[in-house]
Amino acid sequence: MNTILMLAVAVIGVPLLLVAYIRLSEPLAGKDPRRAALIRPWLWLLPTFVLVSAFLVYPVIATLVASFKDAESAGWVGLANYAAVFSSPDNLAALRNNVLWLVFFTLGTLVFGLLIAVLSDRVRYESVVKALVFIPMAISFVAAGIIWKFMFEFRPAGEVQVGTVNAVLTAVVPAFKPVAWLVNTNTNNPALIAVGIWMWTGFAMVILSAAIKAIPTDVVEAARIDGATELQIFGRVTLPLVGPTLGFVATTMMINVLKVFDIVYVMTNGNLGTDVIANRMYKEMFNYHDTGMASAIATFLLLCIAPVMIVNIRRYRRGGS
Amino acid sequence: MRIGHAGAPRGAGRLFLHLALLVACLVFILPTLGLLVSSFRPRNQIALSGWWTAFETPFSFTLKNYANVLSRANMGRSFLNSLMISIPATVIPVSVAAFAAYAFAWMRFKGREVLFLALIGLLVVPIQMTVIPVLKLFNVVHLTGTFAGIWLAHTAYGLPFAIYLLRNFIQELPPSMLESAFIDGASHPKVFLSLVLPTSLPAIASLAIYQFMWVWNDLFVALIFLGGTQDVAPMTLTMANMVNSYGGGWEFLTAAAFISMAFPLLVFFTMQKYYVKGILAGSVKE
Repeated sequence: MNTILMLAVAVIGVPLLLVAYIRLSEPLAGKDPRRAALIRPWLWLLPTFVLVSAFLVYPVIATLVASFKDAESAGWVGLANYAAVFSSPDNLAALRNNVLWLVFFTLGTLVFGLLIAVLSDRVRYESVVKALVFIPMAISFVAAGIIWKFMFEFRPAGEVQVGTVNAVLTAVVPAFKPVAWLVNTNTNNPALIAVGIWMWTGFAMVILSAAIKAIPTDVVEAARIDGATELQIFGRVTLPLVGPTLGFVATTMMINVLKVFDIVYVMTNGNLGTDVIANRMYKEMFNYHDTGMASAIATFLLLCIAPVMIVNIRRYRRGGS
Repeated sequence: MRIGHAGAPRGAGRLFLHLALLVACLVFILPTLGLLVSSFRPRNQIALSGWWTAFETPFSFTLKNYANVLSRANMGRSFLNSLMISIPATVIPVSVAAFAAYAFAWMRFKGREVLFLALIGLLVVPIQMTVIPVLKLFNVVHLTGTFAGIWLAHTAYGLPFAIYLLRNFIQELPPSMLESAFIDGASHPKVFLSLVLPTSLPAIASLAIYQFMWVWNDLFVALIFLGGTQDVAPMTLTMANMVNSYGGGWEFLTAAAFISMAFPLLVFFTMQKYYVKGILAGSVKE
């Protein structure tokens, strides 16, 4: 009962409170219309400024400062934390994995997204294909992690394979030995990246599909009449025309990769050489209580993301919403 | 609706096309389907045979996994918690953002563009960069492990994007519409509430669905701010804990995962248009 009441207060009360605040602040702005016009915008923006300052602006500065301090945030250590970001074996492994993710996740989502967009553009059941491919976007990384842990389930050779991946491969490939995908250090990173690709291909597909649809039909027809093969049309017409969109999807995927956390946390918790930087940051903070290191890793993350994000926002603004 | 750039390939090429698309569909739907089927299978069978054998006679399906997971593993509670977190964490930021977006779009004041750009600039900040100081702040004011705390956090984190999206929309409304209202003597609150807000509903719907799904599926923010408190844990958090403690307890995990997915899937299938729109716009935020 108490929680229902809280929910009602939050969902109905907060918007009402905002409306009341805006209405009551009108007299506060004064009778003189010119003075009111000067004051009013700030009154309307006040709630935003308070929240954004407390949760974004101040914390960014505080984290930046903490990154130059020791584990308890007591004494200054200069750049020691940053040096450790690039030298401790754990962090180096995480950095290597993020590079793996960056290359293969980005490529994977782009290639599969484009392929499915191009192919489904030619059939009548396109909307069905697209809906199915997009479904993983609707579920949480945690649920996807569970789904794929189940897919990758391993039993020693000779036993009944209950994991789909091993079962299919055992059935199809002669003399295939079942693989412990998430344990074997050669396969665990690719397996995690595959889960990421499975989740995000739908996103790439939808955006690329919209770009493909925007290509005028007569351009494609003209190429066909000139005797171009489908492959030539793809390479010389489709690809160049969706190039900018590919760029946008690629930068979006890069940002995703840098922030990747949930998949790794749920499926391997970064063990057996699968850590990534976002998980390293979490561990430094909550397992080792090293505020300095955690802050330095977070700052490093910000420095990696910021340039890509700026490119992305610019591109998005130019393209219009 | 036209069928894309259909035509050309026939015969073998056409067959290959259908085959490739079939494989793609299977790859994207089978994992989820396997989970769904398994969640209805008895415990011993999940461990002994692949989920695809469930369709061989004799059938043996059960609802026991769902009953168990809802009663014993705290998932029922977590489902309610997910709602308790996601609904306010959608309504509050959308409301706050609507006022701010209107001010940015239709009020003139010094520094408007600079402030707006600074706000968009905050989109580059990964949440990781903020959690340690915010957590310390929360510990001081006793917001750690509370619904109010996570509502505030999700509200603030969602604001830059929400304001960005809504301002873009509100700005495009025809000036003549607003001007005639002002000439008739309407105040800013009145114009905002009775004119701008109703016309912006499609944008608000896309934004709300996007924000709701984001919060519903979020693990990180919940892990940080609600981490140690089972009573308020959303489903994502409870499931992540289950993966660690139950290990291979697939009869629990499959049912739990499906309960957590049911709601987003429902939203996805009923409001696909708004949802895809929201996600596309949200791509600058991810």
